[in-house]
Amino acid sequence: MPLFTKETESIIYGRQAAAVQRMLDFDWMCGRAKPSVAAIVDASSQNALPAFFGAKQILIPAYKTTKEAYNKTKAEVFINFASFRSAYDTTLEAMNYPFSTLAIIAEGIPERQTRIMAAEARKKGKILIGPATVGGVTAGCFKIGNTGGTPDAMASAKLHRQGSVGFVSKSGGMSNEMFNLIAQHSDGICEGMAIGGDRYPGTTLVDHVLRYEQDKAVKIIVVLGELGGTDEYGIAEALKQGKVKKPLVAWVTGTCAKMFPTEVQFGHAGAKSGTAKESADAKNQALKEAGALVPKSYDDFGELIQKVFEKTAGPIPKETTKPRMLPIEFKDALAKNAVRRAESIVSSISDDRGDDVLYNKVPLMQLLNEKATIGDVISLLWFKKRLPKYATEFFEMILKITADHGPAVSGAHNAIVASRAGKDLITCMCSGLLTIGPRFGGAIDDAAKYFKSAVERGISAKEFVEEMKDKDIRIPGIGHRIKSVKNPDARVTVIKRYARKNFPSTKHLDFALEVEALTTQKKGNLILNVDGCIAAVFLDLFSSCGEFTKEEVDDLVEIGVLNAFFALGRSIGMVGHAIDQKRLKQGLYRHAFDDILYL
Amino acid sequence: MAQRAIREYDGKRILSRDLGFQLKAVLVDASTDWKELEKENKWLSSSKLVVKPDQCIGKRGKNNLLLLNASLEEAKKFVTERLGKKVTIGSVSGALTHFLVEQFVPHKTEYYVAFKTDYDKDVVLFSLEGGVDIEEHWEKVRSYDVPILSEGLKLDLPDFPEKKKVTEFILKAYKCFVDNDFAFLELNPFTIVDGEAVILGSVARLDDTATFKGTWEIDFPAPFGRELTKEEAYIKSLDEKTGASLKLTILNPKGKVWTLVAGGGASVIYADTIVDLGFGNEMANYGEYSGNPSDEETYEYAKTVLDLMTRGEGKILLIGGGIANFTDVAKTFKGIIQALTEFAPKLKEKGVKIFVRRGWPNYEKGLELMRQLGKKTGLPIEVYGPEAHMTKIVPLALKELR
Repeated sequence: MPLFTKETESIIYGRQAAAVQRMLDFDWMCGRAKPSVAAIVDASSQNALPAFFGAKQILIPAYKTTKEAYNKTKAEVFINFASFRSAYDTTLEAMNYPFSTLAIIAEGIPERQTRIMAAEARKKGKILIGPATVGGVTAGCFKIGNTGGTPDAMASAKLHRQGSVGFVSKSGGMSNEMFNLIAQHSDGICEGMAIGGDRYPGTTLVDHVLRYEQDKAVKIIVVLGELGGTDEYGIAEALKQGKVKKPLVAWVTGTCAKMFPTEVQFGHAGAKSGTAKESADAKNQALKEAGALVPKSYDDFGELIQKVFEKTAGPIPKETTKPRMLPIEFKDALAKNAVRRAESIVSSISDDRGDDVLYNKVPLMQLLNEKATIGDVISLLWFKKRLPKYATEFFEMILKITADHGPAVSGAHNAIVASRAGKDLITCMCSGLLTIGPRFGGAIDDAAKYFKSAVERGISAKEFVEEMKDKDIRIPGIGHRIKSVKNPDARVTVIKRYARKNFPSTKHLDFALEVEALTTQKKGNLILNVDGCIAAVFLDLFSSCGEFTKEEVDDLVEIGVLNAFFALGRSIGMVGHAIDQKRLKQGLYRHAFDDILYL
Repeated sequence: MAQRAIREYDGKRILSRDLGFQLKAVLVDASTDWKELEKENKWLSSSKLVVKPDQCIGKRGKNNLLLLNASLEEAKKFVTERLGKKVTIGSVSGALTHFLVEQFVPHKTEYYVAFKTDYDKDVVLFSLEGGVDIEEHWEKVRSYDVPILSEGLKLDLPDFPEKKKVTEFILKAYKCFVDNDFAFLELNPFTIVDGEAVILGSVARLDDTATFKGTWEIDFPAPFGRELTKEEAYIKSLDEKTGASLKLTILNPKGKVWTLVAGGGASVIYADTIVDLGFGNEMANYGEYSGNPSDEETYEYAKTVLDLMTRGEGKILLIGGGIANFTDVAKTFKGIIQALTEFAPKLKEKGVKIFVRRGWPNYEKGLELMRQLGKKTGLPIEVYGPEAHMTKIVPLALKELR
């Protein structure tokens, strides 16, 4: 009997989403009725593992312990993906349950631990595959973990249905190659096992050879051994004793070792040249003398397999079965241009798919190397441009100016109240940010809209003031609670000076100041305030720096990008207030009764 | 990795720790400060000494590398004269870098004990007649099996005067062997002095996969005589920095056949086939890359090989590999193609022919990239996929040399 059937179910130790999916894909190709993975064991989370069986999504239950997983599923195979540190304990525990086959994938388990596990398995009549292996497969029935590779490779190697070659190797890495080679030179494998590259594997080459001898579905046996160890002599012995009567084609790799001047450790732990007895040449010779069919070199392996197969089982039959169609993974189909779909999200300012994140096509590392400023980063991410230094410096000046304006203003006050209510930092900051709008901090965008429209239409400041008065609209950006003509706002003075000195044109600022001249005639505090000044100066920057078209400027004002400077700058202050309150251990804020007019 | 030889000093260090005897041995190399050493090990100046290289080499006595019953001054002189010198042991040459200096113990009897592992048991070998000539009296060596799941070693030695002490010692040493994941431990000879066992010579291999248990900290020595070339050392340094595997051994820098093979198993088979088809002497390198190396890593790896082959007499380049499990073939080819493009003029000048074989995932694209490279650069490149068996390109390529 092959090791596995179409009904074999397994438990996977470890949340191995990819390996589970590959097993289920194989199940589907083979036409299995039920998935081969009954459960997974995951000590840290018992969230079910989603996977596809064909096109349908299913949930594979996860259990905390192997015991529970076994009791719930009664699966017969245990596939252990635990690390080399924990594979020993978890496997010994699993051997307490009636699993008939156990596989250990981890590489680097101490030899003494493996020898104990192997001896325990033998004592209890269980088959242990590994460690340090990809696993094995019974064609058309069940595969362990990642054996066989991608669905294309599995179909090419005809793993979806049973052939009649029993194959065993040490190397897991060579198993796909061998499955394919055997499929090209026979009717394919019935079963293929990779026992793993360790010096002391759980089951040996000869263990599987003897199983294939008993398995009626196997007509010829193929073995790929390697230098190091004496396992192949076990096969030679079995041949000599007549325990193996089926034709056996074998090749031991590592004949090149004699060309090496000093002892070489090849990839596998067991693959070490050393004593003459463990050399590939000696083992090939011994197998040949014992009656195995041994090619002259690996290069003739396929042809010899075909010769032996045809002699034993007749000509290679024409292939009639096809694997059940597996739905294509969306990302694979996309890569092959086999599907199309309109993307749900479009993004044009940054790209994190490469090694380095791009800010509007400029690599972040380049920006850091250039000692680019926050102003440069804002230029790239908000305006998708590199702007001149006077512009980026101006951005930073605005951020500094708007960063805070004391604890009494709406934003800071809200941040303080939220902080004292014990809310987290982000909530406090948001609470403050949410006050930004038409009355608080939001005047910049409105001021920009009106100044821009007036300048575009070419009306005079006088006409503008009258127009606003007719419409009964307070001019945004004009007026201050405290500051006045006699007591000017220093921030405004600085911004004005900067714009005049650096910007190619200040026509919006000039216009705003003409408006101010009229309004302050009426009332001393109807000055151009900091919001209005920022608005006018930004309009000057956008329209005169030469980097923006008129349409782009229209868009920016329409979108309300200027408020973003206020929001970004003021975030600094709000975070500060939130931290400050927490640091000062301020208790819950409650407004005083006597400060409320109860009606 | 696997079983690895350790220095005699380290073996004795572990034994002395677990068996509880004072270790009167020190390891000396070029950096040793003798004055410091003397201060920390008073016995060095008060007893007679034994000196021998400690680099996992055998037959030291027969190669004049053993100094017995020496004073500290003589020991110093012996070491100083030999440090850094090249010696040839059998067919292998290498520099002497490490010496073991230990107390000289006059003794009469020399016992032999060795512990080794087998698939389902440990084996203990014991002889009353130990010493350098143990192999000549091998028929007198007794063997005791310890099945892996048994209670432990049951030792029934024949009668001899020191039987009790020796038995006690072997049982303790066996426990140390098991507890420390030794793969092989030979104490030859050991003797009994004043009722205490003294280990005179020892050879040991540890299972280095047990490193994570933390029962010992060992600096595993490189095999004797295996000095890396600049290029080998460079690839080794890359290998140590990455989770992927990058291996390179130069066998014959003047060889005509060079390989760039993916996968540990496949790389051995390519080398085998070159040897089996009679071109072992032309095989320039052995190596492999696997475990999903980055583009940068495969580029550096390929560049190193191409540089060597164009400085030498390379004629054939085999870019081989089996059917990959989940490694994207096109992606791993990217770095190789970059290196080939860079070296194309030199490769053409040398008349190098390139043969490629690889299969799955995304191999169609990978092979297409190789074909395009041939067209673009004019390099002669023959390309095969999984329809051809893995080593098909080997005889095809070697035909060029006939």
